[in-house]
Amino acid sequence: MTTIEERGRTYGYADLPALMRRMTGDEKHGPAATSTLDVLWVLYDRVLRVGPEGMDDPGRDRFLLSKGHGPMAYYAVLAAKGFLPVEWLDGFGAYDSPLGHHPDRTLVPGAEIGSGSLGHGLPIAVGTALGLRAQGLDAARVWVLIGDAELDEGSNHEAIAFAGPAGLERLHTVVVDNASATHARPGGIAARFEAAGWSAVTVDGRDHEALYAAFTAPHPGRPHVVVARVEPKSA
Amino acid sequence: MDTMRDRFAPVVSRLLDEDPRVAVVLAEIGVDGFAEARRRHPDRVINVGIREQLLVGAAAGLALTGLRPVVHTFASFLVERPFEQVKLDLGHQDAGAVLVSAAASFDWPAGGYTHMAPGDVALLDTLDGWTVHVPGHPDEAAALLRHAVAAGDDKVYVRLSVQSNGEGLPVDGARFRTVREGGSGVVVAVGPMLDAVLAATEGLDTTVLYATTVRPFDAEALRRAVRVARPDVVLVEPYLAGTSTAAASDALSDVPHRVLGLGVGRRELRRYGQLAEHIAAHGLDARSLRERIGGFLEAGVRA
Repeated sequence: MTTIEERGRTYGYADLPALMRRMTGDEKHGPAATSTLDVLWVLYDRVLRVGPEGMDDPGRDRFLLSKGHGPMAYYAVLAAKGFLPVEWLDGFGAYDSPLGHHPDRTLVPGAEIGSGSLGHGLPIAVGTALGLRAQGLDAARVWVLIGDAELDEGSNHEAIAFAGPAGLERLHTVVVDNASATHARPGGIAARFEAAGWSAVTVDGRDHEALYAAFTAPHPGRPHVVVARVEPKSA
Repeated sequence: MDTMRDRFAPVVSRLLDEDPRVAVVLAEIGVDGFAEARRRHPDRVINVGIREQLLVGAAAGLALTGLRPVVHTFASFLVERPFEQVKLDLGHQDAGAVLVSAAASFDWPAGGYTHMAPGDVALLDTLDGWTVHVPGHPDEAAALLRHAVAAGDDKVYVRLSVQSNGEGLPVDGARFRTVREGGSGVVVAVGPMLDAVLAATEGLDTTVLYATTVRPFDAEALRRAVRVARPDVVLVEPYLAGTSTAAASDALSDVPHRVLGLGVGRRELRRYGQLAEHIAAHGLDARSLRERIGGFLEAGVRA
């Protein structure tokens, strides 16, 4: 596991609860607040080719947090990886803080998009993948994180249905599934992507090795979705 | 005469050849015009199918990678249906794009209300930072399209219509143009309303300003005009009546003035038929305009 130096210390996965505590004050976080935590950590620690110094690099990997609700885990990972000072976490949600309860890309170093209203990240990710392709930036990959309930928004289905037949291989979606969608059917998430021609893997969203294997599985000629299952929100 | 929309694909196809930043995003409508350009630039002419939320969202993604997206469909499906994408994916993400609409307020009357968008400019008025071009002639449309694409990463809306004036005028993408000077009031004719306004004000001693770029609103031109003419202002717009009334009032906030906003009515007509019938039904033909403009100016004299 790699960590990075910032202001004389390094942060690892074990430090994330303490970083989140600076935002919430909670001694222990419930599953809802941390549903994205392991996915985010594995992506930023082992998969994404992007760092605080490379944010101007047109060929960087893009990570788009579409599920902007409950961004404490995201901010904690960005702070741990040196994109933003850990001191900023203390002001979470305050008037003069760049860190709101939904992220704003113009305020948060490292944030590729602002989010909050659900169903916007995946269509923007499709356009990002198309834009990178048009410019021959072939090494750059695009990742977007959405929630299982967020998939209820129809805009996602416009993007899913387009990206498969368009063969957007560089496009990756992670669906963090905490069983919060109403009217869901077992296996329905992966099936909808597969019907549109995506490569799909469903894994334990807390198992770092399983996540890493799913994130790095080859999927030639097709976009790839990883359904990361975590504890049900209502549990 | 060809239409503004006939110019759209040739002008933008040429820009695709000239500028590697330009990308065209379509949702089925208008695809045929770009068939040749798509062969030359397969990665920069994109048809997302009948998916208008994706149309605008994908354009934002293209912009975030540094491209200059030109996005096209009918106004009702470009501004109204994906309005939150326009607000958030472009505005909130701080991403630029050129939105080019067709069909305007009632270009296809037989198509009915589903294909009419008289409220498009008023909707964009709720957002910050949009430039709005309303050309009145195909030549002006070509010039304003080039202007819009060249405008850095600005958010620009270009409203194409089959309604057109007989002759094009030079346009600079910013300012109103003084077409006629007089003392009894100021009539601002927007885009394709100019010919009808000139006919309606024939023989009246009014200043006529011609607006093809309505946002930002050229407040200075209006202020200049009312230094000569009485500050009785009539706006004649090819979209929702009153859309620019607040902008005109703001421009004259330190001058006692009167404003009459003419344009397309809110009430749904539930009529098909021909363009001329809808123009008349909304009181935007020369005869109706003369009656309404004349009455408003006379009331000012009596007061």
